[in-house]
Amino acid sequence: MSQFDQSKIRNFCIIAHIDHGKSTLADRIIEKTGLLTDREMQSQVLDNMDLERERGITIKAQTVRTVYKAKDGTEYIFNLIDTPGHVDFNYEVSRSLAACDGAILVVDAAQGVEAQTLANVYLALDHDLEVIPVINKIDLPSADPARVIEEIEDVIGIEAQDAPLISAKKGLHIEAVLEAVVQKIPAPGGELSKPLQALVFDSLYDPYKGVIIFCRIMDGRVKRGTPIRMMATGATAEVVEVGYFGAGQFLPCDELTAGVVGYITASLKNVKETQVGDTVTHAEQPCAAPLPGYKKVNSMVYCGLYPADGAKYPDLRDALEKLQLNDAALQFESETSVALGFGFRCGFLGLLHLEIIQERLEREYNLDLVTTAPSVIYKVHKTDGTMVDLTNPTNLPEPTEIAYMEEPLVKAEIMVSAEYIGSIMDLCQERRGIYQGMDYIEERRAVMRYHLPLNEIIYDFFDALKSRSRGYASFDYDMLGYERSELVKLDILINKEEVDALSFIVHSSTAYDRGRKMCEKLKGEIPRQMFEIPIQAAVGNKVIARETIRALRKDVLAKCYGGDISRKKKLLEKQKEGKKRMRQVGSVEIPQKAFMSVLKLDDK
Amino acid sequence: MKELGLYLHIPFCVKKCDYCDFLSFVLDRKSQSLYVQALVHEIKSHQDKFTDYRVKTIFLGGGTPSVLNGEEIKEIFRVLYQVFAVGKEAEITMEVNPESAGYGDMLLWREAGVNRLSIGLQSAEDAELKLMGRVHDYGQFLKAYDHARKAGFTNINVDIISGLPKQTLKRYKKTLEQLVALKPEHISAYALLVEEETPYGKKYGMSGDFVGDLPDEETDRLLYAYTKEMLQQSGYVRYEISNYAKAGYVCRHNLGYWNRTAYLGLGLGASSFLDNVRFRQTSDFDAYIQMKFDRQGEEILTCQSQMEEFMYLGLRKIQGVSMQAFETYFGKELLQVYGKQIKRLEKLGLLEMSGGQIRLTAYGIDISNCVLAEFLL
Repeated sequence: MSQFDQSKIRNFCIIAHIDHGKSTLADRIIEKTGLLTDREMQSQVLDNMDLERERGITIKAQTVRTVYKAKDGTEYIFNLIDTPGHVDFNYEVSRSLAACDGAILVVDAAQGVEAQTLANVYLALDHDLEVIPVINKIDLPSADPARVIEEIEDVIGIEAQDAPLISAKKGLHIEAVLEAVVQKIPAPGGELSKPLQALVFDSLYDPYKGVIIFCRIMDGRVKRGTPIRMMATGATAEVVEVGYFGAGQFLPCDELTAGVVGYITASLKNVKETQVGDTVTHAEQPCAAPLPGYKKVNSMVYCGLYPADGAKYPDLRDALEKLQLNDAALQFESETSVALGFGFRCGFLGLLHLEIIQERLEREYNLDLVTTAPSVIYKVHKTDGTMVDLTNPTNLPEPTEIAYMEEPLVKAEIMVSAEYIGSIMDLCQERRGIYQGMDYIEERRAVMRYHLPLNEIIYDFFDALKSRSRGYASFDYDMLGYERSELVKLDILINKEEVDALSFIVHSSTAYDRGRKMCEKLKGEIPRQMFEIPIQAAVGNKVIARETIRALRKDVLAKCYGGDISRKKKLLEKQKEGKKRMRQVGSVEIPQKAFMSVLKLDDK
Repeated sequence: MKELGLYLHIPFCVKKCDYCDFLSFVLDRKSQSLYVQALVHEIKSHQDKFTDYRVKTIFLGGGTPSVLNGEEIKEIFRVLYQVFAVGKEAEITMEVNPESAGYGDMLLWREAGVNRLSIGLQSAEDAELKLMGRVHDYGQFLKAYDHARKAGFTNINVDIISGLPKQTLKRYKKTLEQLVALKPEHISAYALLVEEETPYGKKYGMSGDFVGDLPDEETDRLLYAYTKEMLQQSGYVRYEISNYAKAGYVCRHNLGYWNRTAYLGLGLGASSFLDNVRFRQTSDFDAYIQMKFDRQGEEILTCQSQMEEFMYLGLRKIQGVSMQAFETYFGKELLQVYGKQIKRLEKLGLLEMSGGQIRLTAYGIDISNCVLAEFLL
């Protein structure tokens, strides 16, 4: 593809609260601009991982380039960048937004503005993007576009009177959206004559091409043979191929120039060298400064991942290495647990990221995993003046060596219907939230602001929020920083032996409650065995809760009729098979699911 | 001459009991007689194949073998004696139910060679019998028992079941006391096992509406402990998990299963164990009466499976397994193969070792499935 008139390019993304129809609209845009034949058109083209399609969420940014012939008869190039839609991936979202000049804001005509709508719009406005509001799902009986338009204007403060009223699902008024893109979103700036400066907004590992860098060219040009340097990581390479994004395929071209979105391959072997947010420049004639906004992605949540079958440890390592090729945010290092054997301590952006990795390991790599309770990073200030980042509760120094500890806090916004304000306040209270204020968006809906400790929301906060608001609350958060806190390590002893994989850090005020619930839960999960098993929760040497599993009384096959031995053997084999799914801790056998069941303790 | 046990399966009942999951049906006379013809044919097909075996035990089980008429029983035995060398001292057992055990029948069975009867009583409480879907009452049992003695049977077993729905210790005591007063030579005392696929399973199974009618764990254990104590006080020796006998009256056929002596199963779905191969006859009734016999589910036991069986079958006997016998048979010390498991189970108080025998402790018997599963390699 030869150089294209910069004024005919539109780089934009779609932002929305989950389920407001972002991916469906993306599909329609691709369809209407005639990129795909019907046969190629599979529902939600841009979400190309199975997992994404199933969960209806976007995990990795996807990009597609299409050509739109506008009503004025001119052809425009649309680069649509689909962004991840979850708070775990906020940084990726912000980099994708930085690659755009405008954003389509999709709002559900029935549900109106939600927590993520706000969070995403603010992000877009931070990047000076032109925001085009679109009211989706107007075909729903409960649709109330007039109210939603008012809400957008009142809450977000952007003009929405002439927002297209569409139904992405039914393909209604999609043209209006496309015309708005042409008319309202500015053409990209950038100068061809300047040194190369390109923003990395994603990258992908391909076994044949190596790392494929997704980038927006801000200034200059790049083609095969251009020596490039990653300004943050320092990696250098020579460009092998440049090109555009087709639907689900890469289309090579001669050159990428200022203003376009495309990809670069340069025989780089690891996505770690091409971090999202980094700036690509010419290795010999570099640009004056990197683009603003780069930061190294840090893991927020850690947990131990262990193969259910100890022999699969090398397979787990292989699988993690492969996933890491594509996911610079995934971190892991090997660790050993007395209870679980060899495994890995893994770092994630958040709980969703954790769940996704866990599911991909199980599905794509066929691994059976045991996951330990997720933990945030605590800062442990020791009496000798040093400070350690604690990612595994087991490694907490002796109490005498600890001066004080800090835990991470988040700034949370919860949007909720008026009738549930009380129960959500209770929930936040229980989770040690500090009330910051509340605004009514309209008569019946409010946004509540809280500061919450991260460790109170990583387990089951989202589930609890949904169940206590009958699904009507939405939630978004942002990191706030660290704060000193009274934290203790809660240990679980099974048959008097400490089970390291079950230890975790809690605030001293909730230790008793947590301990009691864990003991109860474990009592239900561990089958009766040949002896009585005490389950205890302890802080330091002090036992704060206890349950007892009574010894098994009877398990006998009365009859073995007519010499049918095979039947008896099958029964014994089943028994033995059941034991295989257990972890031996001391003399007690603990089912693998017991390690995970303690993550969900909210019983309301 | 090698020892052989014969098992003959008669898959008919007057009515199927609600807890039963054995292979048996309620069928018309004609089907029964076709079945007997097929069975006789199957027996004849073994002519000249067992010349180096001497039959030590025969067991007619079911189903309810006593639903066949006396002539059919006689015919079956006539052919058996033709085909197999049956020892004079052979133990020949037949299972009967009270509703089909008349005095005349008994005389015919005796004539045919049957010298041991196993009568299904299950409970002496008519209400309990009714709940089980049994077709007889306690009175009928007493009559049948009396007929058996009069007909000259001197070796009688009676089956009872504990842990029945709504059973209390008091009622169970009564059953046992009445039974012991009759002085049968042998008592099989089973604990009820609710099989999910039976009418009982639907009522008393894990998701059944009446699961609460089963005795609670405490009561169940009381019934079980009482069985042991009461029978032992009355002169019965427990020689297997569920079996009690007066001196000299252990069931040799049943012991054969735990001792892994050879046996040939005849009839629908009957299991066989010959030369370390396990197999069974077809379970398809129509195929069977058309005499389409078929050796199914054949398993040639590896040395490892033989060791496993030696342990998990042998340990069902109260006297346990002999370490010497293991070594003689396999040429390997028992502790060399199972030392780790045995040590662990001994520490947990589930196994004990003395006099060259390894056996389950009382608690080991209670949870024997857990213990026996440890011996799968």
